[in-house]
Amino acid sequence: MTSGDSDSVSEPTDGLDPLIADLLDGKHRALARTITKIENRSPGYRDLVSQLHAHTGDADVIGITGSPGAGKSTLVDKLAATYREAGLTVGVIAIDPASPFTGGAVLGDRIRMASNVGDMDVFFRSMSARGTLGGLSTATTDAVKALDAFGKDKVIVETVGAGQNEVDIVRTADTVVVLVPPGSGDDVQMLKAGILEIADLFVVNKADLEGSDRTVSELREMLQLRDGDVEAGGHHGFAETTVDVDSERAGESGDAAVDPPDADPWDPPIVETVADRGEGIDDLIAAMDDHRTHLVESGQLESKARTRYAEEIRTLLREDTRELLAAEIDARGGLDEHVDAVLRRETDPYAVAEAILEPLADCVTDRRERD
Amino acid sequence: MDRCVGFSALAPAASAKITANVKRETSQLGGMSAEQGQRQIRCLVAKVGLDGHDRGAHVIARALRDAGFEVIYSGLHRSPDEVVQAAVQEDVDVLGISILSGAHNTLVPKIMDGLAEYDASDDTLVLVGGIIPDDDTDRLREAGVAEIFGPGASMDEMIDYIRENAPERR
Repeated sequence: MTSGDSDSVSEPTDGLDPLIADLLDGKHRALARTITKIENRSPGYRDLVSQLHAHTGDADVIGITGSPGAGKSTLVDKLAATYREAGLTVGVIAIDPASPFTGGAVLGDRIRMASNVGDMDVFFRSMSARGTLGGLSTATTDAVKALDAFGKDKVIVETVGAGQNEVDIVRTADTVVVLVPPGSGDDVQMLKAGILEIADLFVVNKADLEGSDRTVSELREMLQLRDGDVEAGGHHGFAETTVDVDSERAGESGDAAVDPPDADPWDPPIVETVADRGEGIDDLIAAMDDHRTHLVESGQLESKARTRYAEEIRTLLREDTRELLAAEIDARGGLDEHVDAVLRRETDPYAVAEAILEPLADCVTDRRERD
Repeated sequence: MDRCVGFSALAPAASAKITANVKRETSQLGGMSAEQGQRQIRCLVAKVGLDGHDRGAHVIARALRDAGFEVIYSGLHRSPDEVVQAAVQEDVDVLGISILSGAHNTLVPKIMDGLAEYDASDDTLVLVGGIIPDDDTDRLREAGVAEIFGPGASMDEMIDYIRENAPERR
């Protein structure tokens, strides 16, 4: 904790930062400010998140992703309204892209939150994908923790699903919903880019538009293809004629890539909605509840949380090690000399990296042996 | 209104693509903190009341974006409560209210009161844009509005004003 932040991180009275105390006390301003600190990575934000952790674990985290214009924000609005009617509190984090040139962003998801205006129990926060230090996924995970600790029953993370970064964000969720608008291309589009793998649920939104039936059937077909691969055998009619090819291929991939088959595998359902008219929202909520029940009963909720925390620790360690290395390089006078030597062909990048890392590695080995 | 001199939590080498303003402030202060942080100015551009003219708000939202700020646009026809809710939840540094309907004397004080209710009035820079008669400006300033940008105000002028006056956050 360093200069510039002395007000909010002044001596904690009962071991708890005053900001966190206010947050746990239910003050919206404190929650908003905590998320700002998390986003800005302000000095001391790590302490804040550490203090939050003990109070988390009660919220259902839902990830919603889909291409721009698929209707994510409208759907989130209707979901939040439905949850509110059931007496649940809702937190929403909506992530929009930032300009890679200026860092600026227009965060427009708030406009769609028409059903929940004036209701402070829906806490809606826009974030831009600043794509900076440590990645967006860390900031999102931490912001979810803040909403969770604040006492929100449901936390919804909404983002444009394109690219690795955003798939990572969605992984912070227990249940991942992928929105597919009708007429979003042929079945080859659906083979692309991880969409099928991350979804626990599919929503074909704007189901009143022409072409939505086709989109639903194409999705269904894709899912069946995937199932066929995993289940390693042709029990679906046509497969019998190509048994040899199929079982060979399935056997290979089954051995190499597929974990021991789940006792109770989850088949992602496809839900049709018309978000702006609120149609299908109840079906969607029922399907999400089913998924939640499935996670609890199969023990996956816990194993998912374990994986997530392990990944979080690794990410933090990567960040810390990078900083440690940067400090070490600075302390040793920077990289310039090494680069000159590499340019003169006296040494090579691999040798330089090894030489810089060697003392650190030695330290670590020493310590480990001593302990 | 809390006038700031500079930002406290800055990355030593704020990556060039992120906000020239941060870099400028860094060099002015010549300071950096041990833990790395990045300051990003967040603005809410709000249309309040029955006024349906949003071209100006769109132009401003875009200009602020291009200046490297994060801009949240409220959409049309917001009530003062909604604007307050958005400003508090989004924790914006700057709240820009666009009014061309002449209802500013009613709506702006309501927003200011709402901000005060959430302890947000001290560290939110409130700007008003639109058609504001000269006679009304003093009243708005008394209510806590920091600056008023009428027709003919240049975009650069406004962006510079925000960079210089965006409140230092606790």
